[in-house]
Amino acid sequence: MAFTAFAGTATAVAEPAPRRRSPIALLLLLPGIFYLILFFVTPLISLVITSLQAPDPLIFGQYVNAFNWQNYVAVLEQYWPQAIRSAGYAALATLFALLIGFPLAYFIGITLRPFPLLQSLALVLVIAPFFISFLLRTLAWKQIFSVEGPVAGILSSLGALPPGVSITGTTFSVVFGLTYNFIPFMVLPIYATLVSLDLRLLEAGNDLYGSPATTFRTVTLPLSAAGVMSGTLLTFIPAAGDYINASREFLGATDTTMIGNVIEANFLVLQNFPAAAALSLILMAFILVLVAAYVKRSGTEDLL
Amino acid sequence: MTRPLPEDPMIRSLIAQAKRAQLTRRTMLAGTGAGATALALAACTTGGSTELNPAEDNSANDPTLNWANWPFYIDEDDEGNYPTLLAFQERTGIEVNYLIDVDDNNSYFAKVRDQLALGQDIGADTVCLTDWMVNRWIQLGYTQELNKANLPNAEANLVEGLRNPQFDPGRVHSLPWQGGFAGICYNTEETTEVRSISDLWRPDLAGRVGVLSEMRDTIGVIMLENGVDISGDFTADEFNAALDIFREQVESGQVRNVRGNAYTEDLVNGDTLAAICWSGDITLLNLEAGYEKWKFLLPEGGATLWNDNFLIPIGSTRKANAEKLIDYYYEPEVAAEVALWVNYITPVNGAKEAALALDPEVAENQLIFPNEETLANARIFRGLTAQEENEYQAAFQAILLGA
Repeated sequence: MAFTAFAGTATAVAEPAPRRRSPIALLLLLPGIFYLILFFVTPLISLVITSLQAPDPLIFGQYVNAFNWQNYVAVLEQYWPQAIRSAGYAALATLFALLIGFPLAYFIGITLRPFPLLQSLALVLVIAPFFISFLLRTLAWKQIFSVEGPVAGILSSLGALPPGVSITGTTFSVVFGLTYNFIPFMVLPIYATLVSLDLRLLEAGNDLYGSPATTFRTVTLPLSAAGVMSGTLLTFIPAAGDYINASREFLGATDTTMIGNVIEANFLVLQNFPAAAALSLILMAFILVLVAAYVKRSGTEDLL
Repeated sequence: MTRPLPEDPMIRSLIAQAKRAQLTRRTMLAGTGAGATALALAACTTGGSTELNPAEDNSANDPTLNWANWPFYIDEDDEGNYPTLLAFQERTGIEVNYLIDVDDNNSYFAKVRDQLALGQDIGADTVCLTDWMVNRWIQLGYTQELNKANLPNAEANLVEGLRNPQFDPGRVHSLPWQGGFAGICYNTEETTEVRSISDLWRPDLAGRVGVLSEMRDTIGVIMLENGVDISGDFTADEFNAALDIFREQVESGQVRNVRGNAYTEDLVNGDTLAAICWSGDITLLNLEAGYEKWKFLLPEGGATLWNDNFLIPIGSTRKANAEKLIDYYYEPEVAAEVALWVNYITPVNGAKEAALALDPEVAENQLIFPNEETLANARIFRGLTAQEENEYQAAFQAILLGA
């Protein structure tokens, strides 16, 4: 019976059966291809064209098509601090989400396994925040962290925080907001790998004189690597481009601006569409390179 | 022509693979077709500049009208109806579709600019936007000229001070809807009186001051404090002097945050004790608090005065209907009814007298019906050229985006 645990790896090795070229398959792909062209390729091309536009020499504030690649240099020169800050904040948020999310997923997926009812309940609790708009929840945190809110009240009555000092609009509040908002995206994939973990493997580890720590390191962790992998990606990618938490209207201030806020300001306020488009493409490329390197390093290409 | 494939399974699969990889003419065509479609679609989204002509007026055959406006900006009864608008529909037979579509000048413009650039209908036949945004629309040729013959009330009743704004002399393209002041407010329970902009930089308010992310209001009141007339031909140096003060206060942490409409939340939750703010909001906050918790005043140096203005977008086919609506709101009785509900300044002469009959107390409120003396202390930020707009806004946003 113990062999069933290896069944999964056995099938993965087998070569996929050669696919037959069928017009029906192509036909079935059409809606997907059409969708991608309309909603991904088209905006992407539009973005590339916009990012290379130059100011209209005749009408101020308008742009004409050109090959003005200097746009990319200019935005990097001007906004590199915000770009680095975005990557840093997103990395911090991913780390905290992992530190909180992994034990939580372990608890739900393994500790609670003998109690299916509690397990489902805990899972619902992880998903429950999604029933309320993400904007509303972030605004609620702004109130909770405000000067007259409970957190500042308790901290200042303990003497840990001088009265009137802000918690909102700081690095702490922005990273907190990012971590909070993306935790479910970390927990769910890890849970999905842990829930199918064969507990007999842990018993086997124990039988082979492995301490709980060794068993965790050599059995649980490698078997949940796929979940950790997708969890970190699902957290890092949206967190790096997020512009709500760091927005001055939510948890941020002028000195916590992330790249998303810079793009927003360039598109809406400054009307500098080429700069905004160039920044968007740089952000995309940066994330793509980072993810590719990460996936390659983790050696988990086939998991994606 | 088809030959039997070799027996060897390895070679068979290799050939099959090679066949699969062949790019047939059809897939090639499909591929370039899809690419071309995507390119064509993408090209649509990038703007060009052509001469725009106003759409033909079809009002005579089409008794409808779409009016895009800001939230809480028209009289509303308990059932959510707009009484003055209902009366208009009854009188003229024009069915008005009132759209609460504008909550920010910039994002509304971003939403409709592509259609405007092509001269197309934007789904609104008249829209109310702030002075500087109206300036932009007029400069870009995105508005239709108003026909004065259709606007007798507006001709007669528009207050003198708003007849010749720099961005639209003679009111050819726009007419004011409501206006307001940007001034100072402070929490009367937790801080002493704040009378001028320099008072906001007092040490006891460190980290508890809010300012607006609207450049013309925040920099405007600082410039006024410096003795610069913002409605006149101020220089870039005068603007930059105010900008330096602003930057210094933001970087030192005296300013807690720079916000748009959300600044009222900061006042309510105590994050800020004093702020640069808009007149109508404080009336509303005090109403919610139930007492005069916040006091709004015009700073000693002077306040900025802004107006939101009706304009008719280039692609609207219902210009005559829109003019009827605009003119209707220039009847003093109608204007009074709206002003008493929205708590902003009405641009209509005679509205105060009409309001006195409805509610004597509110009609004396200087923030709704300012007298000459109050208005003398307020200035309209002059229209900026596109070049100035770009330069000033970039410098202002650079502070907002931090480094």
